[in-house]
Amino acid sequence: MQTLRHTAAQPIDQPMRTAPSAFLEIDNVAKIYPTKTGEYTVLENVNLNIQQGEFICLIGHSGCGKTTLLNMVSGFATPTYGEVRLQGKTITKPGPDRMVVFQGYALLPWLTVFENVYLAVNRVYPEKSQGEKAQIVKDHLAMVGLTEAAEKKPPQISGGMKQRVAIARALSIRPEVLVLDEPFGALDAITKEELQEELLKIWNEHRCTVLMITHDIDEALFLADRLVMMTNGPAASIGEVMQIPFARPRDRARIMEMPEYYKLRNYALDFLYNRFAHDDDAEK
Amino acid sequence: MTIAQSRSNSKSLWSDPKFRERLDDVLSPAIAIIILLVLWQLFASLPGATLPSPIRVVQDTWMLILYPFYDRGGTDKGLFWQVFESLKRVAIGYSLAAVVGISIGILIGLNRRISKALDPIFQILRTVPPLAWVPIALAALQQNQPAALFVIFITAIWPILINTAVGVRQIPQDYNNVAQVLQLPQREYFFKILFPAALPYIFTGLRIAIGLAWLAIIAAEIVMSGIVGIGFFIWNAYQNGFVSEIILSLLYIGLVGWLLDKLMVKVQTMILPESQRQ
Repeated sequence: MQTLRHTAAQPIDQPMRTAPSAFLEIDNVAKIYPTKTGEYTVLENVNLNIQQGEFICLIGHSGCGKTTLLNMVSGFATPTYGEVRLQGKTITKPGPDRMVVFQGYALLPWLTVFENVYLAVNRVYPEKSQGEKAQIVKDHLAMVGLTEAAEKKPPQISGGMKQRVAIARALSIRPEVLVLDEPFGALDAITKEELQEELLKIWNEHRCTVLMITHDIDEALFLADRLVMMTNGPAASIGEVMQIPFARPRDRARIMEMPEYYKLRNYALDFLYNRFAHDDDAEK
Repeated sequence: MTIAQSRSNSKSLWSDPKFRERLDDVLSPAIAIIILLVLWQLFASLPGATLPSPIRVVQDTWMLILYPFYDRGGTDKGLFWQVFESLKRVAIGYSLAAVVGISIGILIGLNRRISKALDPIFQILRTVPPLAWVPIALAALQQNQPAALFVIFITAIWPILINTAVGVRQIPQDYNNVAQVLQLPQREYFFKILFPAALPYIFTGLRIAIGLAWLAIIAAEIVMSGIVGIGFFIWNAYQNGFVSEIILSLLYIGLVGWLLDKLMVKVQTMILPESQRQ
């Protein structure tokens, strides 16, 4: 199903050292920014192993370094200490194997919806014919229900549609890891739920590894296999990792009826608002 | 109300608000021009006035107004040909400025070090007025024609160059992130992201530059004797004491400058997608 573009070269570069390890490893990572008043530690002692095909959600208060952590997986940032490895290979720069769905969609407004996706497909499958590449684009636009809007330009479509294009673009190149930074944050509640379900459906079909930041506990409980809860910054780290045991495919209404759902939800809320309350809240 | 309605039956055009507005667009400037002409006429008829009145100007230049296309050889040509020659120079100098300005602008927009190195030079040179370039251009190039082109080029290039550089620097980080994550090759990055992202800024520069280029050609031609061109035409008229001809030429220059600006706006709306217009 997946095109493992990077695995071919990997065993030679990195012999058995990482053999028994996970698909995506965040290994003792710290990120320190130099500032005028001295060093500022954003993240410290972050360790997480992610299996292939896992759906991971990251939650935490703003300023806890979630985005920084995500950027180190996508390669836009490098850890000050420690390493992030994908299939045993250290991540040093961005690449299409770790495709990102950016917070602001990041569609090019002068290209049509089709061309925006084609740009990615064309880059990743240079060996395919133009017709094949166009077909891949069409398939993925159909997958997110945007066949009609293919010739429109991003400024002509709604926020929800833009996010669909961004997801179609990301999935069209079959990334090993799909990285999403609060993808549904700016959308209205109904569009948000629709897109969550679409994302889950697509993920069920393709099973790429997903790493997603969210602020919404319900979203995380609906989507994720594991919910990673971060402690507060500075020097944030992973506080707890919650297993979300609901069977897949998930039905939102069904899991929301389960007592387990509220236990998990309350646990997460307790973590965020009592144990690791935001500084402002803690003072009260 | 009843009057308006009864009128609208006979003259439906008058009640159409769109027509009224358009009429207003024409009428208001027309009235302003008439007032200006009347004042001018009054001042010009005061005793001791040095400039001719508008009626006098029309009388004096009647032949030039009627026959813009005449050609008696040498520099004795109708105003159309004078303007046409000047516009040709502008077209060449301006195109060169656009090509060089956009290229260097992209370069300094992309490279911080080159930008730092060249910035003071650009800041000093761009404030040099067109007329000040004329002697050095004549000294360096020896001939009128290339010197005139150079003056246009050097006057028009700065806004193009500086705006292009700003446009390249202002490319949203999001777009660059897309390029990075897809590892777009340079050529594709240039055509799919950099150039379209900077295009609105480039157009701003081009539009400022066309106005400057037209200013520059007049300045350049005035000191270059013996060439066909509206600038030298003015100078020639001054030396012969034909003040009315000077005034008519000024009107031509103003109209052409205005049309050039309109043309740039038109090109901009044609090329730039709606979403990117500033």
